[in-house]
Amino acid sequence: MADVALRKVVKRFDEVEAVRGIDLDIPDKEFVVLVGPSGCGKSTTLRMIAGLEEASAGEIYIDGTLVNDVPPKDRDIAMVFQNYALYPHMTVFENMSFGLRLRHAPRAEIRQRVEEAARILGLMEMLDRRPKQLSGGQRQRVAMGRAIVRHPKVFLFDEPLSNLDAKLRVQMRIEIKRVHQQVRTTTVYVTHDQVEAMTLADRVVVMNSGNIEQIGPPQELYHSPRTRFVAGFIGSPAMNFLPCRLEQNGAGMSVRFTEALSFPVPESRAAHYQPHVGKQLVFGLRPEHITDPRNQDRTDRHEFTVTADVVEPMGMETLVYFRVNGDEVCARVDPSTAAEPGRPVKLSADLSHLHLIDPASDLVL
Amino acid sequence: MTAATMDVAQPRRLSLRGSLKRNRRWALILSYVCLILFAIFFLAPPYYMIVTSLKSNVEVAHLSSNPWFIADGVTLRHYLDLLTKTLFPTFFKNTVIVTLCSVAITMVVSILAAFSLARMRFWGSGVFATGIFLTYLIPESLLFIPMFQIVRSLGLLDSYWGMVLVFPMLTIPFCTWIMIGYFSSIPKELDEAALIDGAGYMQLLLKIFIPVALPGIIAATIFAFTVSWSDFIYPMAFLYSGDQQVLTVGTVTSLIRGDVYEWGMLMAGALMAAAPPLVVYAFLMDYYIAGLTAGATKG
Repeated sequence: MADVALRKVVKRFDEVEAVRGIDLDIPDKEFVVLVGPSGCGKSTTLRMIAGLEEASAGEIYIDGTLVNDVPPKDRDIAMVFQNYALYPHMTVFENMSFGLRLRHAPRAEIRQRVEEAARILGLMEMLDRRPKQLSGGQRQRVAMGRAIVRHPKVFLFDEPLSNLDAKLRVQMRIEIKRVHQQVRTTTVYVTHDQVEAMTLADRVVVMNSGNIEQIGPPQELYHSPRTRFVAGFIGSPAMNFLPCRLEQNGAGMSVRFTEALSFPVPESRAAHYQPHVGKQLVFGLRPEHITDPRNQDRTDRHEFTVTADVVEPMGMETLVYFRVNGDEVCARVDPSTAAEPGRPVKLSADLSHLHLIDPASDLVL
Repeated sequence: MTAATMDVAQPRRLSLRGSLKRNRRWALILSYVCLILFAIFFLAPPYYMIVTSLKSNVEVAHLSSNPWFIADGVTLRHYLDLLTKTLFPTFFKNTVIVTLCSVAITMVVSILAAFSLARMRFWGSGVFATGIFLTYLIPESLLFIPMFQIVRSLGLLDSYWGMVLVFPMLTIPFCTWIMIGYFSSIPKELDEAALIDGAGYMQLLLKIFIPVALPGIIAATIFAFTVSWSDFIYPMAFLYSGDQQVLTVGTVTSLIRGDVYEWGMLMAGALMAAAPPLVVYAFLMDYYIAGLTAGATKG
């Protein structure tokens, strides 16, 4: 068993509160990703779990034991750093076995564990090389191998893919997921990339300005964000936000953007939004839910025509940008759609995925 | 290719390449001229010393003899006399003992001080680090009187062991400063990775920092070696007996008696005294230069 628990953990740097009293429970073997923009406190939280930063207040438990005053080497954790932090004067074998050698593990056991980790990570041919002879991806795998051989209770990853190019990042993401499936150890992973968070995590913790905005499985955060921040942070391209007014008349409930443009609210959602009729709200809809109207099921869909502002052909899809009352909106259409800047384009909005947000509290209704 | 295709008009090319080559040739010639002049200027004294050490006393004393060439035949008499008829071997032994001990003390203290100042966060560490460097700016001659009193009170006056106390005072500040710069350039993630792997601070220093910072350590060692081997003023002031003197002072005081200069042996002694630093620099110069510059900027 190796669960991690944070109770009202606070971290202050002089007068700046980087982490503001967060509570978090990570069960054994779960892969949890802390995600958020730069400066949100995710790396600070990870470093407090590792023992590299001292918590200003609150309690941190690893496997049921309070570890606030326990030094990093006694917490039975292993960490993978953004810039690998490999020992440049040691070979790959020596890097991976360093922790075991410090603990005076028997030579046979050291060799067996290092070779086991090297086989998992495809490093068997590189054990005699030094870090400067390796590529970025190979170095990151050595850093992971150094963590794996220790058989720790918790793996900590601090933005391990940030220094890699886009293609290598995708490969290493798959590598990390595969290793977790094989090794099955509690993992806390920090990243600013929401794609990494969505693809790797069992649960995602979205952080902002030292607070936890929402915790949940990736699909829950995607489909049911609780705050405007989470709705806008998860998903790429980001969710579209438009100010609107919630109206009701004989034809039913609708959200009005301009005199000429309004969308009907699906009947299944009308009861939920009834208390907010007449209010100024923020309408949220993801670009992937604004598509071209061809071959689409008509339920809860609303077709409309706008003038395209910018068209970005991506290959597998085309992004069409248009404006509503000066606010930019993004739609994802089929690459065969005839969309040109300055010309009208017919689109279809899947309103079963709409979100309405209270602008005062930024909470999703 | 036929003659017809050759008639196609070629665009006019700027002759930049030709002028660039000409400029580079002149720059190269000028560089070599300057380098040769500097080489002559700096190598002339050692050459003169070698020639003089191999000349007979008669030829050295003769006013009309050419200082740059040996006319009367090469002689090794001065080297033999230096080694057998003077206390030169004793001076050499004393210098080796003093230098090795001073360098060892300097490096142990500097490395430990630099590691704690560069890596361990404690109140006043910044002030300490600056203060250590500022002590290096004090001219060594200003410290004569206080050092004389300290060495005398310890009963080490006229003993080369007193130099083992004095030289680290001169070398530790600068060596610590070099090492602070070098240790600061090592990424902090390396410390953190080692701490998580289970290393204590001493293991961190011995197994990670020292191997990684080896070029800087070598640079600091060379500096400490040079100062300890070649210092003149402090040995001159603190050592009187012949059997306690070091090379720099002993060679001069024993071979210059009144107005009598044993030039041949003086030159031979100077050359033999210069040989060990020359060997050290020849093998480790690249580390010295890399160490001084790499430690100066944050990596």
